Amino acid sequence: MAKKTIKIRAKDKDGVVTVKSLMTHPMQPSGQKDKKTGKPIPPHYIQEVTCESGGKTVMSALLSGGVSKNPYVSFKFTGAKKGDMMKLSWMDNQGETDSAEAKIG
Amino acid sequence: MNMKRRVFLKGSVAASALGVAVGAGLLTPKAVLAAWSKEAFEAKKIPDALNALLGSSDMADSGDIKIKAPDIAENGAVVPITVSTGIAGVESISIIAANNPVPLVASFNMGEGAQGFVSTRIKMGKTGDVVAVVKAGGKLQSNRKEVKVTIGGCGG
Repeated sequence: MAKKTIKIRAKDKDGVVTVKSLMTHPMQPSGQKDKKTGKPIPPHYIQEVTCESGGKTVMSALLSGGVSKNPYVSFKFTGAKKGDMMKLSWMDNQGETDSAEAKIG
Repeated sequence: MNMKRRVFLKGSVAASALGVAVGAGLLTPKAVLAAWSKEAFEAKKIPDALNALLGSSDMADSGDIKIKAPDIAENGAVVPITVSTGIAGVESISIIAANNPVPLVASFNMGEGAQGFVSTRIKMGKTGDVVAVVKAGGKLQSNRKEVKVTIGGCGG
């Protein structure tokens, strides 16, 4: 995907890193129909969000179509310090992926 | 059991990094959970979803799980939910909207160093309980909070 879809902010406070991330994605759940044509809308949502830091997987989230459009995911972890890099990537049910890196500040 | 092994194999190929992480310390049948489970995310009933995802649906209520959610959500399409817990050794946190067509909304697998805290935004079809299920030390604990929804966010 050419367009950047992930925004990350990672902040270290007293050894705990708080990560806030926003992804741009329609998050179309399965089982919905187009109101006008009555045709089913193909589901299109992020299934997996993985966050790595220092070569370890810190958190991996499994999402469904029940998560709001342009999902926001926030979590906290320890074991990284200021200036470290972290990587966040997602994969959706149509096989699209994207990833982004951010410096912990 | 065979089914689950299959899911695990698929998952480890698709996300090899995840597979390695799982293989490192948790090679039990329950480690299947690391992969996205179609069964769990299409289940219409909460116990079915939990069985498929976490291998069990026995939950104990816990006051040590805090759910921060609005009492009344005007827009069901975007309901901010924050789950935090002081329970040690959290393995995963799952968020369930009890009255949604597909109740299991999201599940967060916590890796090394992750704290018992997640925040996200979910869709809610109608008024109902938001259930947070925390898995720690192989046991499930849960808490719930009712959220009133004025306009539903699932279809319609």
